Amino acid sequence: MYPAPFEYHRPGSVEDAIALLTTYEDDAKLLAGGHSLIPLLKLRFAQPKHLIDVRHIASLSGVREVDGAIVIGATTTHATLERSPLLRQMLPILPEAASQIGDAQVRNMGTIGGSLAHADPSADLPAVMLAVGAEMTAVGPRGARTIRAEEFFVDLLTTALASDEVLTEIRILVPAVGTGGAYEKYPHPASRYALVGVAAVVTLAGDAMQRAQIAVTGIGSTPSRAREVERALAGRPADAETIAAASSHVADGIEVRGDLTGPAEWRGAVAREHAARAITRAVQRARGEWATGARSA
Amino acid sequence: MATATTPTRPLIGARVTRREDLRFITGRGRYTDDITLPGTTYAAFVRSPYAHARITRIDTDAARRARGVHAVYTGADLAAGGVNGIPVGWVLPDMKLTDRRAIAVDEVRYVGEAVAVVIADTPYTAKDAAELVAVEYEELPAVTDAVAAMQPGAPVVHANAPNNVCFHWTIGDAEKTDAAIRGAATVVRQRLVNQRLIPNAIEPRAALASYNGATDELTLYVTSQNPHVHRLIMGAFVLGVPEHKFRVIAPDVGGGFGSKIFVYPEEVVMCWATRQLGRPVKWTAERRESFMTDAHGRDHVTDVEMAFDARGTVLALRVKTVANLGAHLSLFAPAIPTYLYGTLLNGVYAFPTIYAEVDGVLTHTTPVDAYRGAGRPEACYVLERTMDIAARQLGIDPAELRRRNFVPAGSFPYQTPVALSYDSGNYAPALDRALQMIGYDAFRAEQEAARREGRYLGIGISSYIEACGLAPSQVVGSLGAQAGLWESATVRVHPTGKVTIFTGSHSHGQGHETTFAQLAADELGIAIDDVEIVHGDTGRVPFGMGTYGSRSGAVGGTAIHMSIEKIKEKGRRIAAHLLEAAPEDVEFSGGRFSVKGSPDRGKTFAEVSLAAYLAHSMPAGTEPGLDATSFYDPSNFTFPFGTHVCTVEVNPRTGVVKVLRYVAVDDVGNVINPMIVDGQLHGGIAQGTAQALWERAVYDEGGQLLTASLMDYAVPKADMLPLFETDRTVTPSPVNPLGIKGVGEAGTIASTPAVANAVLDALSPFGITHLDMPLTPATVWQAIQSATRRG
Amino acid sequence: MTRISLTVNGITHEHDVEPRMLLVHYLRDTLGLTGTHVGCDTSQCGACTVVLDGERSVKACTMFAVQAAGAEVLTIEGLAHDGTLHPLQAAFREEHALQCGFCTPGMIMAAYGLLRANPHPSEAEIRAGLEGNLCRCTGYHNIVKAVQRAAQEMEAPSTDQAGREGRVFTPVSVAPVAAD
Ligand SMILES: Cc1cc2nc3c(=O)[nH]c(=O)nc-3n(C[C@H](O)[C@H](O)[C@H](O)COP(=O)(O)OP(=O)(O)OC[C@H]3O[C@@H](n4cnc5c(N)ncnc54)[C@H](O)[C@@H]3O)c2cc1C
Ligand code: FES
Ligand code: FES
Repeated sequence: MYPAPFEYHRPGSVEDAIALLTTYEDDAKLLAGGHSLIPLLKLRFAQPKHLIDVRHIASLSGVREVDGAIVIGATTTHATLERSPLLRQMLPILPEAASQIGDAQVRNMGTIGGSLAHADPSADLPAVMLAVGAEMTAVGPRGARTIRAEEFFVDLLTTALASDEVLTEIRILVPAVGTGGAYEKYPHPASRYALVGVAAVVTLAGDAMQRAQIAVTGIGSTPSRAREVERALAGRPADAETIAAASSHVADGIEVRGDLTGPAEWRGAVAREHAARAITRAVQRARGEWATGARSA
Repeated sequence: MATATTPTRPLIGARVTRREDLRFITGRGRYTDDITLPGTTYAAFVRSPYAHARITRIDTDAARRARGVHAVYTGADLAAGGVNGIPVGWVLPDMKLTDRRAIAVDEVRYVGEAVAVVIADTPYTAKDAAELVAVEYEELPAVTDAVAAMQPGAPVVHANAPNNVCFHWTIGDAEKTDAAIRGAATVVRQRLVNQRLIPNAIEPRAALASYNGATDELTLYVTSQNPHVHRLIMGAFVLGVPEHKFRVIAPDVGGGFGSKIFVYPEEVVMCWATRQLGRPVKWTAERRESFMTDAHGRDHVTDVEMAFDARGTVLALRVKTVANLGAHLSLFAPAIPTYLYGTLLNGVYAFPTIYAEVDGVLTHTTPVDAYRGAGRPEACYVLERTMDIAARQLGIDPAELRRRNFVPAGSFPYQTPVALSYDSGNYAPALDRALQMIGYDAFRAEQEAARREGRYLGIGISSYIEACGLAPSQVVGSLGAQAGLWESATVRVHPTGKVTIFTGSHSHGQGHETTFAQLAADELGIAIDDVEIVHGDTGRVPFGMGTYGSRSGAVGGTAIHMSIEKIKEKGRRIAAHLLEAAPEDVEFSGGRFSVKGSPDRGKTFAEVSLAAYLAHSMPAGTEPGLDATSFYDPSNFTFPFGTHVCTVEVNPRTGVVKVLRYVAVDDVGNVINPMIVDGQLHGGIAQGTAQALWERAVYDEGGQLLTASLMDYAVPKADMLPLFETDRTVTPSPVNPLGIKGVGEAGTIASTPAVANAVLDALSPFGITHLDMPLTPATVWQAIQSATRRG
Repeated sequence: MTRISLTVNGITHEHDVEPRMLLVHYLRDTLGLTGTHVGCDTSQCGACTVVLDGERSVKACTMFAVQAAGAEVLTIEGLAHDGTLHPLQAAFREEHALQCGFCTPGMIMAAYGLLRANPHPSEAEIRAGLEGNLCRCTGYHNIVKAVQRAAQEMEAPSTDQAGREGRVFTPVSVAPVAAD
């Protein structure tokens, strides 16, 4: 409940933030919404000497559309994602997932950048990032670089970000017509983090699934694409049988975690059920809402 | 002025909104942690990371030298300072007493046991310094499971209990029960685990102690359900502080559920430390500390045998229970799995004979004591779960099997084979009403239809009894209680006719400031705003036993009633004198004393009150003033009862259980405030449902508490529960003049088996007869998997 | 020590605080506003909920006072106006939505944020909207009723309380938040 002492910095720009990171090196931590970091500080599991608050850097916040892509600033809160008219129209999977993070108060402070940078294996947004094929922009003393979602999540609480880099924005291409996405979550009864989360993005060509990107979080040490499910869907008819058969592969290649809520076998069963639900709804959206929502151009 | 159309008791039984609410909804409640005195210092405890270890060395030097630190104390310092162990308040025959120190000396016996305390300027600096206390341990083998602890060779918790059995207790007739079971047509046998729970009142425990060296007075603000009991035990037994120099105040308390009855180590340490330092010292638990150190609840393993004749009539019940007591005996721990459990095993049924054996076992875990219901939920679970298993085995509808075996309506007072005599009851109407509300027959039809579609619906019934109104002092004294369980009330009438009532009951959510005022205002015929209720302060209230065991209405309320009767009697004599009438000719009604037959010859309550204090004209031999104190010692417990019914749907693919509807029909005797009664039920049902479906304390083999945070332990949230549908039948209790039975724990007692039975009913097509709680999705899913595999 | 200035219940305060001081401790210990409670150490219970910048409910235990510098904070003590209870406060009393009262300030402030975002919540939306707040006493039944009642009251044209000018949005989630 009582964190160890630290010094607080509130830089006005990304450059200033990077300068502070460079100065204090391993003694410093970026602070965004604080909803992953502060709980750790309160338990004294982490004791950084300098906190660099990036929440007030104006350029880091907001959702906008730029050249056929949706660009989300790193310090955009979950609540803003949840309510963004642009996202609700173009990319409803993201507000849908954001609306299921923690609780209302958590969503009012927690940020997408903090969530991705923290890379909690039970976090929701990483799965969505994988399914929509997001790209992250990281800025450091050596300049800016782009990291694809698949390369971003390295392992438990580990990302491809260097310790002196700031995640500044997330870019997602506006989905093609005929694409639908959905996120299905099974929350931990107490913490509300995802015991299972499945993000599905499906593009239809007629009745067949032309392309499917499925990602799963919560069950392994890091979120990952469910390639076997994707393979079992691609090119096949978008019907219940195909979906059920494909969903049974959701945990293939993942060392599924068990915990106090239940053993790995059960977690796998829940993942299969939620994969089927997510794909089914993604297909429904691809047939209707999302297609009409996307711009025709 | 009373007219023919004004009801004489407009408040009793009415839905009066609570008077205490205004301060809570505006943020002006005053909880222990809200209080800070000039010069307050803050304590942080250093706690054992091991379940069982020898302390080989404690180095406090660095901590003592740290910025803002006033003192660092260890168990040795307290012992040298004359602090005794914390005693147990209920002693059973041949029980092994354990030496429980506020801070461990030499040996720690559960994770979280205090080994040192740091006192500093702020909670932050106290925590910083606590990290500097270096403790060396020699880890020893630990045992957390009570059944395992009884096995030969198990690690020993206290040397004076070599097999870890603290007591062996029995009740009932063993031979008669054995014979009945041998001769029975059907005997239902089951092992039932009633899992350990962690209370989690939302306000963490806290204590602020302040010693004034000039007056030698010690004041303790503490999160307590019974401040007088705290003062008595801490003053007389632990600290050796005389009671008249020791004031204990329990200000607003944010929920207790049992966990704030007991005397805890931290409060002892605060009291001792403030005397050393001459400055106030405050400690507030972090939630992690609450998980590790608040007394836990339940934790029974029970083998039950229920015998029936060929027509499904109960013949006998035999129960063998192992109760986990934890590492030390908490204040009432020995009473919970014995007198509050074994005696309730008759339930609402006419068992000809019962025999129960209980082993109370010490383990390397947090001490276990009363948690909402305290023994009674465990008893109800044994009976109601077994009844459902029996119904299935006998091929009788579970509602019908219960109805067939109820204690018949005409047989009260009813003597059970396990010591209790039920005051009054009428069990079938509550069952019938509950079944009607849920639409029992229609649900069974829906269930059939759903099963054909591969959907699994279930319905669960629980007919319960609760023993409230703890308790006749002589009876409990003969059974081992180290205190009487009466209650006191002082009613002080002020010269203007306004009334202050000092009650020994304590409110931590129950709404006594409203219900007791309703009672007093009606009995005195005055406005509710003219009544003030004072509780929770040994400096103001003469003495009291506090609030637990659903005793406040029946016992605390009756004490108030008795004092009011005394006031009215004295008032009548004064009024008669003023009216120049004989006291027998003066009656009191609607707040007015008047002469029988000539109602306009009268004096208001306020006029008589003023006369009593002016004392210009008093009847001969009557002292001035108008106040009265009463101690009410109940002649018996009261026995509320009822039936709860729950419906659920189980998703066979994930194991998730959804509660569809919850119906509760309760009989709590006469009701003072139906709004508050319903509120007590709602909260109780939520807690009981949580035991059935979600909550469980888990220790690993080495004794680490794995569920030590709200991220792991599933206290239910709003979106996990349905709205509750409640109704009542009313069978007044003859035990007290108010006809009140009590309601504090009914919801918790009834709901756990109702929900568990519903889930197991839903799972019956799979041939699953029983699962231990909590019935989490994983538990349910795994059971379905292995049942399907078995074919 | 860091110098901060922030507005709490309409009053601007300036203090030197340790950066590590949590907002909830600043409110309780520095300002003496003890209506905001602490019920846990893992950001689960919501007893510490306050409203930031007029509309966002946040957990004051998961925020440093320095982070709130420049912000406007509303606590339970600032909710009633000129002796008139806010409709949520009144509804909590009318519906008996509190017992021990410990969760109540946080519950009311969370409900305030909920109604700002969604002035007409369904029962399910209220339950989901309060999932960040634990109550051990009431079983939530009467809390749900109270929020429904307050929402209705705040509809009435006479009130100019929160929720009137707030952004309106309908929850996007078609998947229930609790597991099924
Ligand atoms: C009670 C509770 C429940 C929760 N439930 C869920 C849930 O159900 N699902 C879920 O996904 N999450 C959940 N969370 C976590 C929440 O989503 C966090 O907000 C999120 O994980 C972290 O975002 P933040 O802005 O708060 O980051 P912070 O806590 O401020 O930072 C987290 C980490 O990321 C780093 N960081 C932050 N911003 C950047 C940046 N721009 N560039 C580089 N590094 C950065 C920080 O240095 C730190 O190491 C919950 C949190 C709480 C307290
Ligand atoms: S104190 Fe529990 S969430 Fe803030
Ligand atoms: S009223 Fe006690 S915790 Fe909610």
